[in-house]
Amino acid sequence: MKKTVLTIDDSRTMRDMLLMALEDAGYTVIQAVDGIDGLETLAAQGADVVITDINMPRMDGFGFIEGMRADPNHRTTPCLVLTTESDAEKKARARAAGATGWIVKPFDPVKLVDAVRRVAA
Amino acid sequence: MDAFEAIKATFFQECDELLAELESKLMLLEQGQTDLETINAVFRAVHSVKGGAGAFGLEALVRFAHVFETLMDELRAGRKPCDTVTIKTLLRASDVLADHIQAAQGLAPPVDEERSAGLVHELELLTHGGEAPPVVEEDEDDFGFVPMAFDVPLDEPLPSLGEPEAVAPEAQTGWRILFKPHGRMYGSANEAGLLLRELGRLGPITVSVDDSALPTLDVLVAEDGYLTWTIDLTAAIEEKVVREVFDFVEADCDLTISPLGGGAEPVLAFEDEPPAVLPASDELDIAALLAKAAGGAPAAEPAPVAVAPAPAPEPEPEPAPAAPAPAPAPAPVAAAPAPVAPIPPAQVAAPVAPAPVTIRVDLDRVDRLINVVGELVIQQAMLSQRVLESGLARSSGIALGLEDLELLTREIQDSVMAIRAQPVKSVFQRMPRLVREVADMVSKQVRLVTAGEDTEVDKTVVERLAEPITHMLRNAIDHGLETPDERVAAGKTAEGTVRLAALHRSGRIVIEISDDGRGINRERVKKIAIDKGLVAPDAALTDEQIDNLIFLPGFSTAAVVSDISGRGVGMDVVKRSIQALGGRISISSVPGKGSTFTLSLPLTLAVLDGMVVSAADQILIAPLPAIVESLTPQEGDLHYVGGVDPVIRFRDRFLPLIDVAMTMGFRDTPVVPSEGVAVVVETEGGQQAALLFDAIQGQRQVVIKSLETNYQQVEGIAAATILGDGRVALILDVDVLVTDMRRRSSRPDFKLAS
Amino acid sequence: MTEANDSQRELIAFRIGRQEFCVDIMSVREIRGWTPATPLPRSPGYMKGVINLRGTVLPIIDLGARFGLETSEPTARHVIMVAHIGGRMVGLLVDAVSDILEMNEASVQPTPDVASDQVKTFVKGIFSIDGRMISLIELDHILPHIEAEAA
Repeated sequence: MKKTVLTIDDSRTMRDMLLMALEDAGYTVIQAVDGIDGLETLAAQGADVVITDINMPRMDGFGFIEGMRADPNHRTTPCLVLTTESDAEKKARARAAGATGWIVKPFDPVKLVDAVRRVAA
Repeated sequence: MDAFEAIKATFFQECDELLAELESKLMLLEQGQTDLETINAVFRAVHSVKGGAGAFGLEALVRFAHVFETLMDELRAGRKPCDTVTIKTLLRASDVLADHIQAAQGLAPPVDEERSAGLVHELELLTHGGEAPPVVEEDEDDFGFVPMAFDVPLDEPLPSLGEPEAVAPEAQTGWRILFKPHGRMYGSANEAGLLLRELGRLGPITVSVDDSALPTLDVLVAEDGYLTWTIDLTAAIEEKVVREVFDFVEADCDLTISPLGGGAEPVLAFEDEPPAVLPASDELDIAALLAKAAGGAPAAEPAPVAVAPAPAPEPEPEPAPAAPAPAPAPAPVAAAPAPVAPIPPAQVAAPVAPAPVTIRVDLDRVDRLINVVGELVIQQAMLSQRVLESGLARSSGIALGLEDLELLTREIQDSVMAIRAQPVKSVFQRMPRLVREVADMVSKQVRLVTAGEDTEVDKTVVERLAEPITHMLRNAIDHGLETPDERVAAGKTAEGTVRLAALHRSGRIVIEISDDGRGINRERVKKIAIDKGLVAPDAALTDEQIDNLIFLPGFSTAAVVSDISGRGVGMDVVKRSIQALGGRISISSVPGKGSTFTLSLPLTLAVLDGMVVSAADQILIAPLPAIVESLTPQEGDLHYVGGVDPVIRFRDRFLPLIDVAMTMGFRDTPVVPSEGVAVVVETEGGQQAALLFDAIQGQRQVVIKSLETNYQQVEGIAAATILGDGRVALILDVDVLVTDMRRRSSRPDFKLAS
Repeated sequence: MTEANDSQRELIAFRIGRQEFCVDIMSVREIRGWTPATPLPRSPGYMKGVINLRGTVLPIIDLGARFGLETSEPTARHVIMVAHIGGRMVGLLVDAVSDILEMNEASVQPTPDVASDQVKTFVKGIFSIDGRMISLIELDHILPHIEAEAA
């Protein structure tokens, strides 16, 4: 069965990049444009793995992860944070919010797919 | 175009949107709206540019965006004030950012090193207060994701476990890994089982689990640990590679990795539970076991703990006596009912799409639709004409049905045109920058006010508006506005105002550019025009006529050609480019109070307002914007220069009279002028002439059809159109007719085929 | 255009005066009756002007005049072959369409020297069917200016 990855990013470029890399690797990709959209999409369609950006309008990535972990259905769904910010503070915050791991932008498609594979049950 | 290039194209498209967003938010900041949401929006725009640029390796752009972003980060954290100086710097930085994007796109030369570096320095000064600039952080830090040392086949998300054995089949060395997860690790959806699966990919593993929690390390936090995993990994690999498996969970577990003393050692047995020894073999597929345990449908699984690592008892946080809360992970922030957004949805998708629901459509498709609808309109008109000719009563069912069809057809045409319509915003948004730069250059204080940005016009027209608006704004600042000193002396504010507005008026778009400057100096304008021989010294001109002299070719009021509106570009050029679009331009001015330029344009370039004329049995279309007046030539007004070339008197001037049918070879002998109609036209260059036709049939909006699609350019013909009777009519190229063909009228190169 | 050696080609044969010509059927889109064309100023004599073909402005070339043959004013009995030439749609005015032929590329003979230079520019070769001599036309050179642009 093909696994589904939900990607959340306000940048169309980034969504396209993720889509290309993940579809090439055999994943089904669904997309959302911000945290609120992400929570709605996740609730409606579900996902095996979530990849989210941090800086987004309406609701940022931290808000999304907190919201996702508050939902019993998605407490154990792996969630990778996609960010250009590599400082420890941001990662600590993401981890505290419940992020499973992170991918530092700009990402290499191989690294991305590997990270997804590592956390995908 | 491959997928990567396509995404790159998307990126640059998105950059345009982000720049527009950036500009408008910076304008808000400038107007004093320095709330966190606005600052955040600016941050996000720059951040997204940087993110995408990084993905495409656009280093100069990344470097600049990074410095910009860093300052924005300081501002949004409230560590630095968002004051006037900062905002001015941000505005200029956004200009440089735009230039970097242009350069990255290959649309412009690389950004001037000095200019970019200067702004980088300014931004850094504001960020750090003069400290040494930090290096752009492009590498992953300790916490960052590090590439694995092996290749993952991209088309196979879950490679088989057999592979690693091939890597080091003979290796007898390996690692013993002691791994003790904290409860928190599970809160972030990391699974011990998945980590084991990762280790299994590196080589054969033997796993045992100890729930008696024997702390062998002094750093161990006993409260959080229930299980300790001991994994013997047989693989000749570096310790780093093993450690990378635990990259994500390093902070949420205790981990010891020590060299295995050659070969796989037997694992210690525990008293209360037999060790779950897993044979390391090709048959072992932990992933499959996990999937089985998860019920095969992880996405739909409602149970929060259903995804359990199969080989060992689940280290759930729940049974932990020491755990203070059932859900330890989100503890610091768990209280937030996140999905409730305090921000109204109106602000939502700004960087994504201007309207709540939009689709992106290839322009080609829209153009195709517009073409087909154009043909539908023509076909409908033809049908109506045929029905009329057939003598059917107006009240007949067919005629009435046709009327309804005509209404529907027009509605379809309007709707289709509306698809391609775009707000002029995209052009208006480029102007604040221009105004800033021009104002700086001429040392004037200028405030730009815009209105009607949402006014829509056909995409092709939008694109061609930028140039004339640019020229007119330059002109308004350079010539219209006074210097601050002059303004204060005249009792005005030191800061001048330039207003740029768009509106719809009677089926056209009107752009107004007004300033509150000194207005037109009519005496001076008239004197220059006389000096340059553009008007007769004794000409009696109204104020309006004097104002409009500035549009004459060769007129320039600037005594010294300035950097700004000089460059050989006068208002005559502006007028010409407007006319080329089928537009008109006019000026009104009040001395001491300012001037207003008004330009009006058709809403689309796909149709044209034309005068339908006939000449030697041919129907021709003369573009209405070029027509000054039509008149019936009187014998007394006609003269023949050198006895051959006819001229006609028009408003005290003699204009060449061109027999169009003969010039075009539609007939061999000239028509008697007094039996025809003269149409006075003006070329884009301001040259006037009279075109002689047989008769005027009326005015009509026509759909423009290119001759070049299937044939080639024809001298004197701008394009073709299809008339109501289905025949093709040619649209005259007035400029060529007047300036070029007149010279050759007496000796046509070709004769029309008989 | 379509080039297929040693293979069967389908051709449309047509008449101009007493002569018979043919073109590859693949380049002909449709055949329609003559309708009066709007003349184009300052065009060579063989350009009959443009007509409206369902919204497309279609240039009409008098093929006989193009070959340098004597032609008469077109009537309702004349025929326009709408052809695709180098990405453009062009109407070719001929007297009548006579046949659809199949022929083998190998049966085409080079144009004999007796033909005039103007004809030889457009005639790729000749062949005979049932005792008729038919000239195979190469359409690429029919629009001289366009040929230059395409290069």
